[in-house]
Amino acid sequence: MAATTETKQQVEDMAGEYKYGFTTDVEMEMAPKGLSEDVIRFISAKKDEPEWMLEWRLKAYRAWLKMEEPDWAKIDYPKIDYNDIYFYAAPKSQDKPKSLDEVDPELLRMYEKLGIPLREQEVLAGVEGAAKVAVDAVFDSVSVATTFREELSKAGVIFMSISEAVKEHPDLVRKYLGTVVPQRDNYFAALNCAVFSDGTFVYIPKGVRCPMELSTYFRINAENTGQFERTLIVAEEGSYVSYLEGCTAPMRDENQLHAAVVELITMDDAEIKYSTVQNWYPGDKDGKGGIYNFVTKRALCKGNNSKVSWTQVETGSAVTWKYPSCILAGDNSVGEFYSVAVTNNYQQADTGTKMIHMGKNTSSTIISKGISAGKSHNTYRGLVKVLSGADDVRNYTQCDSLLVSSECGAHTVPYIEVRNPSAQIEHEATTSKISDDQLFYCRARGFDEEEAVAMIVNGFCKEVMQHLPMEFAVEAQKLLGISLEGSVG
Amino acid sequence: MLNIKDLHVHVDGTEIIKGLNLEVNAGEVHAIMGLNGAGKSTLANTIAGRDDYEVSQGTITYAGKNLLDLEPHERVGEGIFLGFQYPVEIPGVSNLNFMRTALNSIRRYNGLDDMSAAEFMKLIRTKAAALKMDPEMLKRFVNVGFSGGEKKRNEMVQMSLLDPKLAVLDETDSGLDIDALKIVAEGINAQRGDDTAILLITHYQRLLDYVQPDVVHVMIDGKIVKSGGKELAAELEEKGYAEVA
Repeated sequence: MAATTETKQQVEDMAGEYKYGFTTDVEMEMAPKGLSEDVIRFISAKKDEPEWMLEWRLKAYRAWLKMEEPDWAKIDYPKIDYNDIYFYAAPKSQDKPKSLDEVDPELLRMYEKLGIPLREQEVLAGVEGAAKVAVDAVFDSVSVATTFREELSKAGVIFMSISEAVKEHPDLVRKYLGTVVPQRDNYFAALNCAVFSDGTFVYIPKGVRCPMELSTYFRINAENTGQFERTLIVAEEGSYVSYLEGCTAPMRDENQLHAAVVELITMDDAEIKYSTVQNWYPGDKDGKGGIYNFVTKRALCKGNNSKVSWTQVETGSAVTWKYPSCILAGDNSVGEFYSVAVTNNYQQADTGTKMIHMGKNTSSTIISKGISAGKSHNTYRGLVKVLSGADDVRNYTQCDSLLVSSECGAHTVPYIEVRNPSAQIEHEATTSKISDDQLFYCRARGFDEEEAVAMIVNGFCKEVMQHLPMEFAVEAQKLLGISLEGSVG
Repeated sequence: MLNIKDLHVHVDGTEIIKGLNLEVNAGEVHAIMGLNGAGKSTLANTIAGRDDYEVSQGTITYAGKNLLDLEPHERVGEGIFLGFQYPVEIPGVSNLNFMRTALNSIRRYNGLDDMSAAEFMKLIRTKAAALKMDPEMLKRFVNVGFSGGEKKRNEMVQMSLLDPKLAVLDETDSGLDIDALKIVAEGINAQRGDDTAILLITHYQRLLDYVQPDVVHVMIDGKIVKSGGKELAAELEEKGYAEVA
């Protein structure tokens, strides 16, 4: 079963007892366009937040006002007019498609290939009325990531939307929110702190191995709504959790700004495995439209012997700016980053990681696979930093780029800063073009051109894909093939 | 089954095949012999439909169809198999996955359902055992780190699995020691049948000690200059191409 279907099913199963999400009868209420202290007060009031949360948002907003949008990444996009964005939900569009007949056939073909059921296709495509049926799977701004809460609560695991957590577990949220990614960390993170819509809070108590993989996915549903998700995961001593984010199905969408913040914290002997499949609308063949995705994801391996593993498959968005990182503070802590980034047509991805080694005997592994097709640009940007007190650090970095067309670009920008002579740092990088011999060999075994490309690319990404949870991996494999359709040349 | 008339093929603007005629019937094994550069591999690639092999003149008919109208994978679906002179490595893709995808592509082309994983495993194990392939090789990435002999054996296992009507084997015997050569020959002989045809491309006679061809052709400079029975191969071996042609 596709993860999307499954999640929807789970949501439907529990719809009866779900009391926090908004119901379908209520028309979405929106804040006025643009950003001001009033808008932030509106958001905070809408969410019925305590005073400290509002103050926290306002502080971030004031910091953001003084910050500059970064321009160092190898991405190019029209200037974002922050006064032309709805920061909390949006008015319902009057010209939604009435049925699937009115939806872009390209999109439908993709749904079919991904094996998405009709009903869900309607929701994804934004067909009028469809979202009302899928009540419970309303995707905007308010998260429904609260499935299986009962079973989890037996284990002592807290898994709820961050808006709820602010009210139900204010002490925990206050203690950790913004401790890994400070409000002033960067322009987009500050913006997120000021206006975050919703997101997820996970707390795994001491010694608990989370009994299931936690899966939540956010969807951008209303047009022109900036999405500002906020995720906070805390793994106490000796605990473990695997968290899945994302969804393989593409959404019909206009240009949308997306600036999420994800903070992970692991205590002694704790481990978090965080997997993402990102397939937001990349824009059309001519580079029109598509999502701008500016994400700050960072983990603090605070305790000794703790471990964080990031695995990402990035195929969507017009612009991706994203560097899931690990601060390896605890001795013997381990950071891992496994990434596949696919760009086609006019997509631009500038993604990579930062591994900051502070503790002794810390180690990190970076495996990045970039695949560029069409006229796209795909950049790996990574930092490995070893502080002077961090003895016996090890890092292994491997960056492989695969060029599928002759008009695309692959760029590798590694930064290595080592202040301790005992460190062992290895960096390997390769760039290759998909070979005619490989393609022909596959075709001479009965594969059509797209199957051949998909097979070769999946092979190229194998080292990363094998780190994804099984079901996710199967979907992601299909997705890679679909993302590269018509790209050979 | 296969009928080639006045074939001219250009690669990168250079004419490699210059008016070739060939007819192969079901149940026959033909050997095409020639020195390096005679255009043997170009012929094999052209039959399989490789891009950049531009047919500037002539026709290829296969089982009553105009082969040149078909995409490479459609030709495979119609029952053509090309055994590669240099089998290609595909890192990260397991041999099993590769072969199963290939088999199912062909089944789908012919309107059949995919073969189940269990059924496939049974089939491929039998095929591998018959050709004395270590089952571990099935789990490895396609041709990655295989020796020359292992690669050729892998081609034979694929051929046996896909069970083509027309097998074009491009220098399948090159680079093999005598034991591997015998195994390859067994694979080819097992594929022989009243409904199948085999086109062996080679420049040594030695494979023909184990696989008896019905017809031997001598190819020089893009053309078949002489055809005959299996004794022609022995004559070539003895006297060399220049004299025989």
